[in-house]
Amino acid sequence: MHRTGALYGQFKTLEQQKDTATLGMWIFLVTEVMFFGGIMLAYTINRHTYFHAFAMGSNTLSLGLGGFNTVVLLASSFTMAMAVWSAQTSRKKLITLFLSLTILLGFVFFGVKYVEYAQKFHHHLVPGKNFDIFYCVNNPAKCDDIDAADMAKEKEEIEAAAKADPDLNAHAQLYYSAYFGMTGLHALHMVIGAGLLFWLLKESVAGKFNAEWNNPVDIVGLYWHFVDIVWIYLFPLLYLIDRHK
Amino acid sequence: MRTQTTGPALQLPEKHYLNATYGIRSWLLTTDHKRIALLYLASVTFFFFIGGFFAMMIRLHLLTPNGLLLTPDMYNRMFTMHGVAMVFFFLIPSIPAVLGNFLIPLMVGAKDLAFPKINLLSWYIYVVGGLFTLWSMVNGGLDTGWTFYTPFSTLYSNSAVAPAVVGVFITGFSSILTGLNFLVTVHTMRAPGMTWFRLPLFVWAHYATSIVMILGTPVIAITLGLAAMERVFGLGFFNPAMGGDPILFQHLFWFYSHPAVYIMILPAMGVISELIPTFARKRLFGYHFVAAASLAIAVIGFLVWTHHMFLTGQSTYAAVAFSFLTFIVAIPSAIKTFNWTATLFGGSISFDTPMLYAFGFLGLFLIGGLTGLFLGALGVDINIHDTYFVVAHFHYIMVGGAVMGYLGGLHFWWPKITGRMYPEWLARIAAFILFIGFNFTFFPQFILGIMGMPRRYHMYPPEFQIYNVMSTAGASILAIGYLLPMVYLTWAAFYGKVAGENPWPSTGLEWKTQSPPLTENFEETPVVTWEAYDFHNRPDLGLDVPSGKGSPVVAPAHGDD
Repeated sequence: MHRTGALYGQFKTLEQQKDTATLGMWIFLVTEVMFFGGIMLAYTINRHTYFHAFAMGSNTLSLGLGGFNTVVLLASSFTMAMAVWSAQTSRKKLITLFLSLTILLGFVFFGVKYVEYAQKFHHHLVPGKNFDIFYCVNNPAKCDDIDAADMAKEKEEIEAAAKADPDLNAHAQLYYSAYFGMTGLHALHMVIGAGLLFWLLKESVAGKFNAEWNNPVDIVGLYWHFVDIVWIYLFPLLYLIDRHK
Repeated sequence: MRTQTTGPALQLPEKHYLNATYGIRSWLLTTDHKRIALLYLASVTFFFFIGGFFAMMIRLHLLTPNGLLLTPDMYNRMFTMHGVAMVFFFLIPSIPAVLGNFLIPLMVGAKDLAFPKINLLSWYIYVVGGLFTLWSMVNGGLDTGWTFYTPFSTLYSNSAVAPAVVGVFITGFSSILTGLNFLVTVHTMRAPGMTWFRLPLFVWAHYATSIVMILGTPVIAITLGLAAMERVFGLGFFNPAMGGDPILFQHLFWFYSHPAVYIMILPAMGVISELIPTFARKRLFGYHFVAAASLAIAVIGFLVWTHHMFLTGQSTYAAVAFSFLTFIVAIPSAIKTFNWTATLFGGSISFDTPMLYAFGFLGLFLIGGLTGLFLGALGVDINIHDTYFVVAHFHYIMVGGAVMGYLGGLHFWWPKITGRMYPEWLARIAAFILFIGFNFTFFPQFILGIMGMPRRYHMYPPEFQIYNVMSTAGASILAIGYLLPMVYLTWAAFYGKVAGENPWPSTGLEWKTQSPPLTENFEETPVVTWEAYDFHNRPDLGLDVPSGKGSPVVAPAHGDD
């Protein structure tokens, strides 16, 4: 089917095209809910069964970095919504500005995530052969990014947890499998979202969006908001439950 | 227009979707839903052959009690690859991707599906997934069973698990995109006058199927993703030694795989809902109930998955709940079966090949469905779980039901797809051969199951041999029943008698355009002013409609058979 301007050949009107694309994006988001739901279920069941190990896991995550990332994503959803508004009101320069800001905030998120992942790697908290939940407590010199007070607290917590759960290391590895699985999948979706945003940026610079036709901005916005909502679930699930630091 | 059965032969229309453009690129880069349907026809037929080959290996091996053909390990690979190829690469795509893709835009009066490029993408995703699975097969195959149960699949199997799991994972997205396309098309692309309750029940069936596809398939995706991660990176979700739980895998797996069987049967039921009114020349009895039953099957089908796990040590309360729900899910299917039968009553029935397949479906689906109830009864299931009774049950539904629906649909719509008719008498003979072969193959398996022969075993006690031999003999007849249509349908596509716009005639919108259709389907967007299956008020069909109330519409004479 060929295109006439923005209208694809299988549609009769731009209105029909808009409704169709929007419905398509909503249904796709439903499939994403089911997709993330599966791994969240596995996480929730294991959280309940192995709450000592999972509490340990949550407390090794940085509340500061996670909280900052949450604010960053919420801000990016705001800038995305502003981009949609700009498109709906034909404010061409603002569309480009807000899309750029959204992409920038996305990259800030990636940067923080990189820092967090690097930290996990150094602390031997990546599931696999070298996984060791006791690593930092046994080698405080190697984990010099944890200050003495926090280290003492961690030592105390880990000893209590190990007493309650003799298989603490194995169960903690489950926590980190879920952590990397969920945040990794989320990051992958953000990368795809960033790609879509770059495409939108290119189109907006070419002047494609205005009050009459702005649907692509709208539906990428839906996708971006969804990715944000997934993080809003992940943050409490991974960082906040059983927090006592 | 009524097809002339005497007089000068019809001509194919000058321009249609098959000759609109030429060359391999025009096929591999097409966005025409009709061409994509044919691309799918080629690929699912290919995987049908692959699955059929593995079936042949199984049945040949089981001719003797001690199994002379294969080692036990090889036997495990045979039944696994048979299941994987048939379930994921043939049954799930077949009717939706071939008939659904071809017909849904025609049936709703649209030029194409909502997202033609996504439609093409979904075929390429299917092909890539298929290639990964073929890679697994070529590298020694898989021996875990198509159900990939952990921890065998994640830890202990020495077979090519990872590529097969990746292949199935990828192909799942093909399913999701097809379902998404269908749902949106039905919502936003219907022609003027085509209200929801004037839609053919084939469309309702695919709508319900699409709901299952989009809600269920992502769950198998994440499940297989976790299993692959576990195998490759040694995570521990399903490994008891690390605190994980193999039963978690089973719950996640069956949460999709049970609704998956409804993905396989609902489209076939949709085909039957088209065949029976056409060949009885009578409106479908209880249209609204059949439409609602399709949706009910889709919804309730998500609530019964644990009936595959009755013997895993679950709580009795959970087992009772799922057994009860399993009985409930049979009710909408029963409503449909009664309604199809009621449609026949007082109709003007002819026994064209598609109708023969519909009759086959009615009887075989009935047996398959009823035996599902036996399996859903807890006390009975303890004895017949994991026996050949289960194998016979699902083959009655998937082969006796879904494949018969697929073949009946292929025959029914072949004149629309190719513009030419298949040879009727040869087709009827093939249908009979298939029916006989099918029953000889699978009925003995019910008996074997009751007698206690376990499934997935490479050997069996000598007293079971007679039934196994009967089953293998039946399978060879069944194979002929499948090969014949493959040959004559291909022949008919090039040399069959030109069919005209509406050879049967039938009432759907797809029959109000030329055969084969134009690329844009209709010359002008149709405006629908009639109800579905309304044989009495369609003078354009050229049927003889007697004036007495309740008198059946007269079936047209057949000139050439």
